[in-house]
Amino acid sequence: MIRFLYGDRLHCAPLLRDTMFRDRAAQFSGRLKWAVQVDEQGFERDEYDNMNPLYVIWQQPDGRHGGSLRFLPTTGPVMVNDHFPDLTGGVAITSPHIWECTRFCIAPGAPSRRIAARLLLGAAALGKRFHLRHAVGVFDPAMERIYRSLGWEPVLQSRGRAGIHIGLWSFADIDTATLQRRAALQGNGFLCWDDLGMAAPAREYICA
Amino acid sequence: MQSRIEKFVEKLQQAETLDDLQAVVEHLRALYQADHFIYHSVNHAGEPYAALTYDLKWVDHYLAQDYARIDPVVLGCYQRFHPVDWKQLDWSGKAARGFLKEALDAGVGNQGFSIPIRGPKGQFALFTVNHKCSDEQWARFTRAHVHDLILIAHYINKKALEIEAGSDILPDATLSPRETDALTLIGLGLSRAQAAERLKISEHTLRVYIESARFKLGAANATHAVALALARGKIVL
Repeated sequence: MIRFLYGDRLHCAPLLRDTMFRDRAAQFSGRLKWAVQVDEQGFERDEYDNMNPLYVIWQQPDGRHGGSLRFLPTTGPVMVNDHFPDLTGGVAITSPHIWECTRFCIAPGAPSRRIAARLLLGAAALGKRFHLRHAVGVFDPAMERIYRSLGWEPVLQSRGRAGIHIGLWSFADIDTATLQRRAALQGNGFLCWDDLGMAAPAREYICA
Repeated sequence: MQSRIEKFVEKLQQAETLDDLQAVVEHLRALYQADHFIYHSVNHAGEPYAALTYDLKWVDHYLAQDYARIDPVVLGCYQRFHPVDWKQLDWSGKAARGFLKEALDAGVGNQGFSIPIRGPKGQFALFTVNHKCSDEQWARFTRAHVHDLILIAHYINKKALEIEAGSDILPDATLSPRETDALTLIGLGLSRAQAAERLKISEHTLRVYIESARFKLGAANATHAVALALARGKIVL
């Protein structure tokens, strides 16, 4: 199922959390050789994980991470504006209707096209529910072909240095039928919204 | 005829003090025909600030009891950023149920829609519209106004930050050359497709530039953004 979890509720799903951060290390540090930090637990985490982002996670039946992505609103600090202004035409993209999507990750060995389709369905549902118009994303060039084959490809902003692309997804352009076929899922029952209305734990997130 | 959001934006632009902002929040009641509007934030110095229409006796009682500890709206929205209908929150606990009863007795409506705001540097604020009505009426109300409400929430927050910073324009009101180009071409009467072609960018990219510029300028829509950019000398047609 797809879970929508803020950082401050990841503790409710420790196995999911730990496998996600390890799979991210395997993908971004191991396979793609991005200059990311991996801590002593083997977790790939960055400053944006400390800002209470909203994760969209495909949880496998055994409770482990199958794939994930991470959303932050562009009204606050986001990677594209903080680190890649040269890749967005010098525009600090800022709007409550545009969220940033980063760390698109698929668990090693998982069927990448199917999981990608599931994550995009999750992102599409999120956009619809929260009235988003666009998502701006940082992604690995190898994903471009997959997005295209899934029928919801980003408009490429630029091909960045170090093999990082920036693209725009329009929530108006979603071909849900194709995504559902590729995802091998039907209906909306796989979307689990339960966590979103729940209170955060006492531990506070400090947004620096 | 001016739309509601245009009327709101016009009034907000004239606000220079926190008292003015309180008046803007009160004005929202007449504009949207809803019982209560509440904005509160924690500024960079950690000072709370609020502009709201609840009965002040309830506000004092809430603060004295430190109800933020148990208020499901605060617990469910703090440091988050998606709009929330109060029905989606967890009211099941005993403390929450008791709190809700007291709130209703104090004139708080049974329906609520809250928009948490993530501002620059991770600043947090919360904007709520509250009303007494049936579930069907409320669903109609939120469906009709959700886009306006999201914008209003963020514009009030921007204004509060501006007043706090003591300047009328925040640094992010500076438009990049790409944004001014986009607004200029739209202002000259080009269609979005024509403007995108002229700038050698996709139409989606153009839309994002215009949306970004619109938000930075505090405008109600793209046309209004062009008018504001012109009035402030950011573009020349």
